[in-house]
Amino acid sequence: MADQHDADFTFRLWRYDGEPGELIPLLQSAQEHFGYIPRRAIKYISGVTNVPESTIYGVITFYSQFRLQPMGKHVIRICAGTACHVAGATTLIEAVQDELGIEVGGTTEDGIFTLFTVACLGCCSLAPVMMVDDETHGRLSAATVRKILRGVRRQAAKQAVPETA
Amino acid sequence: MSKIYVGMGTCGLSAGARDTYDTLKKLMGETPATAELHITGCIGMCYREPLVEIRDNGSRVIYGEVTPERAEEIYQRHVQNREIIDEYVVLREETAGEKTGSETEFITPQERIVLRNCGTIDPESIADYEAAGGYQGLRRALLEMKPAEIITEVKESGLRGRGGAGFPTGLKWSFAAGNQSDRKFVVCNADEGDPGAFMDRSVLEGDPHAVLEGMIICGRAIGADFGYIYCRAEYPLAIKRLNIAIASAREKGYLGKKILGTDFSFDVKIKQGAGAFVCGEETALFASIEGERGMPRIRPPFPAEKGLWQKPTNNNNVETYANIPWIMTHGAKAYAAFGTEKSRGTKVFALAGKVNHGGLAEVPMGMSIRDLVFKVGGGIKNNKRFKAVQMGGPSGGCIPEHLADTPVDFENIPQTGAIMGSGGMVVMDETTCMVDIARFFLDFTQAESCGKCTFCRVGTLRMLEILERITRGEGVPEDIETLRQLSVQIKESSLCGLGQTAPNPVLTTLKYFLDEYRAHIEDKKCPAKSCGALVDYVIDPEKCVGCTLCAKNCPVDAISGQPKQLHVIDQGKCVKCGKCISSCNFDAVYKD
Repeated sequence: MADQHDADFTFRLWRYDGEPGELIPLLQSAQEHFGYIPRRAIKYISGVTNVPESTIYGVITFYSQFRLQPMGKHVIRICAGTACHVAGATTLIEAVQDELGIEVGGTTEDGIFTLFTVACLGCCSLAPVMMVDDETHGRLSAATVRKILRGVRRQAAKQAVPETA
Repeated sequence: MSKIYVGMGTCGLSAGARDTYDTLKKLMGETPATAELHITGCIGMCYREPLVEIRDNGSRVIYGEVTPERAEEIYQRHVQNREIIDEYVVLREETAGEKTGSETEFITPQERIVLRNCGTIDPESIADYEAAGGYQGLRRALLEMKPAEIITEVKESGLRGRGGAGFPTGLKWSFAAGNQSDRKFVVCNADEGDPGAFMDRSVLEGDPHAVLEGMIICGRAIGADFGYIYCRAEYPLAIKRLNIAIASAREKGYLGKKILGTDFSFDVKIKQGAGAFVCGEETALFASIEGERGMPRIRPPFPAEKGLWQKPTNNNNVETYANIPWIMTHGAKAYAAFGTEKSRGTKVFALAGKVNHGGLAEVPMGMSIRDLVFKVGGGIKNNKRFKAVQMGGPSGGCIPEHLADTPVDFENIPQTGAIMGSGGMVVMDETTCMVDIARFFLDFTQAESCGKCTFCRVGTLRMLEILERITRGEGVPEDIETLRQLSVQIKESSLCGLGQTAPNPVLTTLKYFLDEYRAHIEDKKCPAKSCGALVDYVIDPEKCVGCTLCAKNCPVDAISGQPKQLHVIDQGKCVKCGKCISSCNFDAVYKD
């Protein structure tokens, strides 16, 4: 299964035509495909672009979007921008950390949530704001944010595939 | 035939606009009326989202807070029975142009040039854009003008860069135009990283063709055949709408080879950012497009001479490009008629924070802060006192209430010590701690510093440590002088704008709110009752329902109380961790 998944990605890489400046889009593609950037993806990309792996590692660690570890099923991004800060984002972050039992940057043990803060999501008039995957939620409080996360967790539990499939 | 427009920018969507749209779609399928359903971008009235506009024969009625239930009512009463529901109306415009409704104070002072189509057209329809006059500017520029004439027109409009630096746009274009090369590039900076700024996001989501048209005209003016739009990855909807716009522009022949039958060819590509604020700095942005770590490069040479891949490049902000088509169709004089002598035209501001009307407003340059906050912004939430407005993001500063009559433009705002910046305005009241705000911005710039320059990399960290100590009640009197010294050193020794302006929030708060610093350092008190370590945590007897959650979560057992009865915090035991506030579902714990 993993081999086919890898093969799909390397096939995409095979179409790379040597256009300059494609490193970051290729890394974004890898992250979209695998959910993070595994070591072997760095090898593949190095192979087709002729950029040394160490240089690629340097690029990955510079940009906050890239992950070298697998992420949870659902990625939470709490906005820590100015308007959200002034509207009480700190309390929100504490509430989420408390609710999920993890720190910012961590993933829950059941693998459902990964928690990040983000500099500004650009939804300032709805502060404080949080994104769960691609959905944005605004006008939050400690109470409503817990409710949203519990709802997501319930959905994730329903969709869980039994191990013995 | 009624036309129904549902505001589906990111603000609208997070307020629930998708459910509203789906409800209306379902209703139209079940009980059809003579109506069309469209999406539109952000009209800027974010504080009343979700917004639905109904257009009948030239008259417009905009309804606010349109939940699915309200949508159903509006559909039945307005769309089917032609009855306007006054209590839900936020704005109404009759054919004659007169505006009525509860939000006229927000809309009337505005001059919408950049936002001309936001909230009025379907951003995913090039036909809508053309019907609103789109690509007429390109026609004029390409078919009736020489490149040098385009540049003259832009110069005479007085347009200055809207990304924050305010460099005269026409002059910038003339530099790239004047340099010879086999290849030149047009770059659009859509990285909008300033926390509190969302002007560019709304333009990209609500009127992406305006940006494309501006870029194509620039390409013609400077002799470039390719453009890049560097858009931050945190704006997925903007990227989606841009991709749709690019595809339809290519289809119609506005992008690609031999545009409009001339020998001018131009195409664009989107490059997504990867989460680095510093990539909003143009040389770091180029490095990122080239696939490298986003570290700034030394200037000179400037991008007009050696930019992307060392070729002459013109880089401008989204808002700057969005002005260009309007200037081409209406002329430089019409644009220069707005604004002040040295700051012509209009500016889009993102009002946020403790203001009643949080959203986007485009006003002529030169409006006072007071008018922006109280007229357009509708005043301070909950009738609290206006304390300061933060402008210019992490490069800017906090302007206190007593300077509220300062006109907002490129000349006057810098005299306060702040900068106008890209347009983010975060309004603060008496509950905002200015020392905490300085700490907040240093926390941000420290994390975003690329690390190249020692003084930025290490200096911002040292400043942050001092500010953190002060907000924890561990400040010492020498800290203030140390902060001032570090500020000067960091400003003078940094290669790029991030480092050169990182100390600004500290410098402006020291200038205008020194008493707050002194209170934190000498009295160990936070006058705004915000810094957790310097306040008491108290339970409000009016709100507490005795659910016992706070007591259960308190790490030092400082909270006592019987179930269903008022709980009390023992100040002697309290370690001020704040867990009680974040556990309470009834907002019953407050800081005093």
